[in-house]
Amino acid sequence: MTEALHDRLVLKTLHLRKRFLRAIRHAGAGHTGGSLSCIDILTVLYHCVLNISPETVDHPDRDRYIQSKGHSVEALYAVLADRGFFPESDLDTLCRYQSAYVGHPTRKVRGIEQNTGALGHGLPIAVGTALGAHLKGRPFRVFTLLGDGEMAEGSNWEAAMAAAHYQLDNLTAVIDLNGLQITGPTDGVMSTALLSEKFAAFGWAVQEVDGHDLPALAAALASRALQRKPTVVIARTIKGKGISFMENVSSWHHGVPSEAEYKQAISELDGAIAKMGGLS
Amino acid sequence: MSAPAPSVFSQESLSCLEALGLIKGRPNLEVFAETLLELARMDPLILAVTSDSRGSGKLGPFGKALPRQIVEVGIAEQNLVGVSAGLAATGFKVFATSPACFLAARALEQIKNDVAYSDNAVVLVGISAGVSYGALGSTHHSLHDLAALRAIHNIEIFCPADNFEADVIVRHAAGSKKPAYIRFGKAPLHDLPKKGQPMLPTKARVLVEGSGIGFIATGETVIHAVLAAQTIRERTGQQPRVLSMPCLRPLDTTSILETAARCDVILSVEEHMIHGGLGEACAAVLAQNGDHQCRLKIIGIPDEETVTGSQADIFRHYGISREGLLFAAQPYLSA
Repeated sequence: MTEALHDRLVLKTLHLRKRFLRAIRHAGAGHTGGSLSCIDILTVLYHCVLNISPETVDHPDRDRYIQSKGHSVEALYAVLADRGFFPESDLDTLCRYQSAYVGHPTRKVRGIEQNTGALGHGLPIAVGTALGAHLKGRPFRVFTLLGDGEMAEGSNWEAAMAAAHYQLDNLTAVIDLNGLQITGPTDGVMSTALLSEKFAAFGWAVQEVDGHDLPALAAALASRALQRKPTVVIARTIKGKGISFMENVSSWHHGVPSEAEYKQAISELDGAIAKMGGLS
Repeated sequence: MSAPAPSVFSQESLSCLEALGLIKGRPNLEVFAETLLELARMDPLILAVTSDSRGSGKLGPFGKALPRQIVEVGIAEQNLVGVSAGLAATGFKVFATSPACFLAARALEQIKNDVAYSDNAVVLVGISAGVSYGALGSTHHSLHDLAALRAIHNIEIFCPADNFEADVIVRHAAGSKKPAYIRFGKAPLHDLPKKGQPMLPTKARVLVEGSGIGFIATGETVIHAVLAAQTIRERTGQQPRVLSMPCLRPLDTTSILETAARCDVILSVEEHMIHGGLGEACAAVLAQNGDHQCRLKIIGIPDEETVTGSQADIFRHYGISREGLLFAAQPYLSA
């Protein structure tokens, strides 16, 4: 990743944070912490990795992205709007009466592949989609994003077994390992310790990255595993990343900022943008 | 040598079947597997997805003939449905096969979200449905599947009653762009009257035209309604109306109301708990529509721990037999 691209993408992640925080504030609802932890991953996916654009949204050989941790939909909507899949002003209809922009992903929204939101569903669907590509001899890749708390869902491990069994080297699962879930620290709720070893034992290729390091994410997500294995990218992230008072605080899982909190959050992001030499 | 297991058909029932010329056919599951193989030979996009259910789904010959069109996911029903949804999203026509008891319970959330809500046109094949597994017990019974799926939007629900209905419904599902659930039992089934006449898969079949008493039955219970109606006609001269209801959604409300207009009572019959299945579907239609005085009696498996025994034992125990239906109809027969 060139320095210019890196700077441009970092600025983008800051602007996207601002944009979905505004949508959450406007809606009075949303999953703030998890959207902040995964927005860097989504930005890299949609700008550096996925072979998809508004023009190719129905192309049979487009790459597929399925967001299993559907509650972080605000980050996904913001990225899709920025990439031109739909007007950016649509974000202000989030969770509104009769809006297509439901609080979890639905196919009513252009660019969204599957209706998700119940945890433990994205990986099995991604396995089926990747298997479909293999059976048809098509070249596209399939990506899915899961939360670390979500790894307690048994269906993920059924799918993990199947992905290795069918040697789905076109499949990449990304774990947004932010260490917190609604109740508190994931390690206290249901430990995900040795997650890399668990996936390796299931027959996956494993990469661990800093989930806020854009070049590292780009390198991990762009590479395909050798040896006909599915890949898991375990991205260590900070829940609430980018807003000082939200970082590593589990109550921001679905906390909605007050007016004062919102202003402070925007001010912090504007400060970071100014430091990058950008315009807020 | 042990004595043969008692049949659900009494000697009188067998005589009645013979008099009506209703021939014993095959289990619907065999028809499903054979029809699917025929269709899949012509369409490489048809896939059978199994959860260690290749044998119980009678898909052994399919797997041998078209090994590239069968996908095994192991004993993992949630993954069966999720993977099937993903395969459907890449353009395959997927028949996901699992015992109905597991498919419609353990994988219910996947059916609700990944198939119905996401509108992936998977055909869910619930095998050995109802009490087909008999003495294996309630873990293996699916007496809830119709109720569970009727409460989920965007899925057609089929329950074929003979080999002819099974063949028509499998062909319909293969060509449909809607999610579907098809329920199959294990027992060999008798051909119903009017075999071979045109059938619309989402409409009721009027097997016997009549009035006074109306039987509306579904799946493997329909034959018993036919026999009971025949016996009533022989004994009283009164000809009941008999409908097979192979599709619970969309529900053919017109046929239910036509029956209500001609009859004093409808006896609904199903291999399902009395809650949430065909009977209560009829009740909702009757209560909310039409200018009729028709009453309804729901015959099915009651809300209790199901008795131990074979499917035939369980049917007889709960009155799902010619004799049981005659008993249920008795209060409504004119003197």
